Amino acid sequence: MDKDIKKKSTTPRGKSNAKKIPLDKIFQAITFTACLGVILLLGFIIFKLFMESSLSVDKFGFKFITSMEWDPVNGEFGAGAYIFGTIVSSLIAILIATPVSVGIALYLTEIAPPWLSTPVGFLVELLAAIPSVIYGLWGIFVFVPFIRQYIQKPIGDLFGWIPLFSGPPLGIGMLSAGLILAIMIIPIITAISRDIISSVPTLQREGAMALGATRWEVIKYATLPFAKSGILGGIILGMGRALGETMAVTMVIGNRPEIKASLFAPAHSMAAVIANEFTEATDDIYLSALIEVGLLLFLVTFIMNGLARFFIWSVARGPKGGIRQ
Amino acid sequence: MSELQSQYAKRYKSRKFINYIMITIMLLSTLLALIPLFSILTHIGISGIKALNLQFITNLPAPVGEPGGGMGNALVGTLVLVSLAALMGIPVGVLTAIYLSEYQQVGLFPSTVRFVADSLLGIPSIVVGIFVYLIIVLPMKSFSALAGGVALGIMLIPIVIRGTEGMLKMVPDSLREAALALGMRKWRVIVSIVLPTAIKGIITTIMLGIARVAGETAPLLLTAFGNHFWSTKLDQPIGALPLQIFNYAISPFDEWHNQAWAGSLLLILVVLILSIIARLATRGNKLN
Repeated sequence: MDKDIKKKSTTPRGKSNAKKIPLDKIFQAITFTACLGVILLLGFIIFKLFMESSLSVDKFGFKFITSMEWDPVNGEFGAGAYIFGTIVSSLIAILIATPVSVGIALYLTEIAPPWLSTPVGFLVELLAAIPSVIYGLWGIFVFVPFIRQYIQKPIGDLFGWIPLFSGPPLGIGMLSAGLILAIMIIPIITAISRDIISSVPTLQREGAMALGATRWEVIKYATLPFAKSGILGGIILGMGRALGETMAVTMVIGNRPEIKASLFAPAHSMAAVIANEFTEATDDIYLSALIEVGLLLFLVTFIMNGLARFFIWSVARGPKGGIRQ
Repeated sequence: MSELQSQYAKRYKSRKFINYIMITIMLLSTLLALIPLFSILTHIGISGIKALNLQFITNLPAPVGEPGGGMGNALVGTLVLVSLAALMGIPVGVLTAIYLSEYQQVGLFPSTVRFVADSLLGIPSIVVGIFVYLIIVLPMKSFSALAGGVALGIMLIPIVIRGTEGMLKMVPDSLREAALALGMRKWRVIVSIVLPTAIKGIITTIMLGIARVAGETAPLLLTAFGNHFWSTKLDQPIGALPLQIFNYAISPFDEWHNQAWAGSLLLILVVLILSIIARLATRGNKLN
């Protein structure tokens, strides 16, 4: 008896456990499966989009991108007007959001004291938490009337002869869509720029200050050159978000598939046409054309995300060359 | 000498002047970004509170001209959809994050997974809607709550992955080593040491993610579709708060516009409360 007990107690506990179910392996396998599942999910999305749009890709080919004709009755589809609307509204958004966001990021990281930058930074982040349908609602009833009254009317009166600002002040249209998109992507670009700017080594700033630079000169000669490719990454990420934004855009852009020189004119966008027409698409070719619009949208945002990650990563990795190499 | 000095003094003045101008511009851009935030919040507060009452939360939508309509069904619908999304997104997301943080941090496979997660995060939500329409709505021949939940779940997965991975990485290695040294197996270390240590942060991430998908509208247009009646059936179309807001907002009736504002107040309360709690919690819980 005694011998038995002694023998049992000297056996390492791990050994007797190891002969049971290999829980360690099973747990690792489960987590690994989850990873595989995520990869397969993206693969399946890409596969499905290509598959289901093939009808339209085969029939219209490259003309799909350039043609303006979107005629469900006769089965002729070209997404030119939608692509134009998406690109122009996103460009307006980027042109406005970039300087504002970089300004905010610089102010919060370089100028403002912590007791101010923390709550203000929090408020800017809150902009990202507001659902896009609420931006749309606010856009329709508050923002668009404001734009019509205080931006489009005065500009139209003064510069109406320039094609860019011609046409009646409808409020709804390309300009409003671009401006709302700008508001929506400001928190994204700001967040990334803040991260990047605060990762600039303090030595850089101190070096510039020691040479007698003013705060702006520190930013101009030490901070921004170091952070610029990361900020570029943030801008591209914001652009990707703007391209795919659906609800707010469809509520204020006017949903008219036309290409006009005027920023005041109603337009349409790729995401908006999918949202508006997808559930009404009855024949296969119509559905397939809409899926091709989705595929294009997906591919563009996919590439932009890759680019953005690369730029952000290239800053986060730190500088190349110099004495540290 | 004095001429040189005065020249420098002049240049210094202009440099200082530019400095002040630029700082003012930065300050103004910050204020500029806050204007829409306050405008949105005040308008929702003022217009929303007028139509928001108990009936609004419990009643079905009423036809135009009939008073007392509400968004009760949409509220229930959003709850169902978000639960489905959580059921799908949280396990997949957390398990993936565990693999990335505990089993293989560097290498081709984990970088691929991270890249895929980032790509999923960047997919326009309407494209997720198309995908789910193709794999669920078409085969089932009906819009459904299930499809809506899956769409939101797909959007939740990458948010949970990236957030949870970050939180797990903040758990100090010494904790893992101590547990291993005491003879714990690796899965036990993960389940009873690493996860409980990071749980606050993980819940925060999940809450932020849920707040984000709860406000999504675009994918639901193609999947859950909306429903004006009470429904919790998974194979039937279901209403959702953002969908209802959208439909009311683009309608021509003032009464419905008021309801849209009230719905927005409800939605934004949910979303903001979730994200404010989450953000305050993370601030006090930074492990490193």
